[in-house]
Amino acid sequence: MADFRTPLSRVRGLGAARSGTSHFWYQRVTAVANVPLTLFFVGLVIALSDASFAEARATLANPFVALTLILAMLSVCYHMKLGMQMVIEDYVHDELTKLVLLMLNIFFTFILGAISIFALLKIAFGG
Amino acid sequence: MSKSAATRARPLSPHLQIYKPIPTMMMSIVHRITGVALYFGIVLVIAWLLAAATSESWFNTVSAIYGSWIGRLVLFGLTWSLVHHLLGGIRHFVMDTGRALDKQGSTRLATMMPFISIALTILLWVIGYMARGA
Ligand code: HEM
Repeated sequence: MADFRTPLSRVRGLGAARSGTSHFWYQRVTAVANVPLTLFFVGLVIALSDASFAEARATLANPFVALTLILAMLSVCYHMKLGMQMVIEDYVHDELTKLVLLMLNIFFTFILGAISIFALLKIAFGG
Repeated sequence: MSKSAATRARPLSPHLQIYKPIPTMMMSIVHRITGVALYFGIVLVIAWLLAAATSESWFNTVSAIYGSWIGRLVLFGLTWSLVHHLLGGIRHFVMDTGRALDKQGSTRLATMMPFISIALTILLWVIGYMARGA
């Protein structure tokens, strides 16, 4: 098949989206990280399902627990952002609507990330 | 860029509704649906964290809502979404290495998915109830 790309474009290898395979790659990196991190989270929620406020706070304030949950939220929020971006790009064809939704996706995931890290740090620092 | 009349009038290729559903296709769709369900469902998890960071009364309110039967039902659905999506992700990793891409292999892998995800979800909840001793 004829290749219509210029030699420079082929060398850069970045394709039509100008970002090459980086979206795919970060979806995988965060997905791999999500496996242990979300399993830890599920285990923790099971352990705390019957916990009182004081018990839940004490567990969440443990440095290992707090750090693991912060990493989990970072990885999950990045993963969600990439995933929803793909869904929007697939289904929304009107250019303006697409741009607005892509922007809202970034706002939503960053706000959720900020809230969860704030909550975890607040508990960890005993506030 | 604005679209020319010729571009706008282009027919779309046949879409989902004309294909016979097969296991690999269904699991691809379910991976996407569970991903989107988790995207919104995670708000519940973060609300719980925020309540724990805020005050005892907020924590107790959220715990009471999540502990109601409807709360438990939603959390059960969310657990299943996560388990299924996690297994789907592992299935993607297997396929990313070039394995299970043939017709039989990919169909077998996809067919196993709902059974394993439902079994694991029930197992997690049984462990959860046993841990509470209730
Ligand atoms: C638990 C471990 C997880 C693994 C192993 C995982 C794996 C994956 C993989 C491999 C994809 C890409 C699928 C593709 O290329 O077509 C994906 C997509 C996605 N994931 Fe996850 N994921 C996990 C957790 C999560 C969580 C917690 C969320 C949301 C809070 C999430 C939301 C999404 C979304 C929205 C998509 C896009 C769906 C699509 O394009 O069809 N994932 N996931």
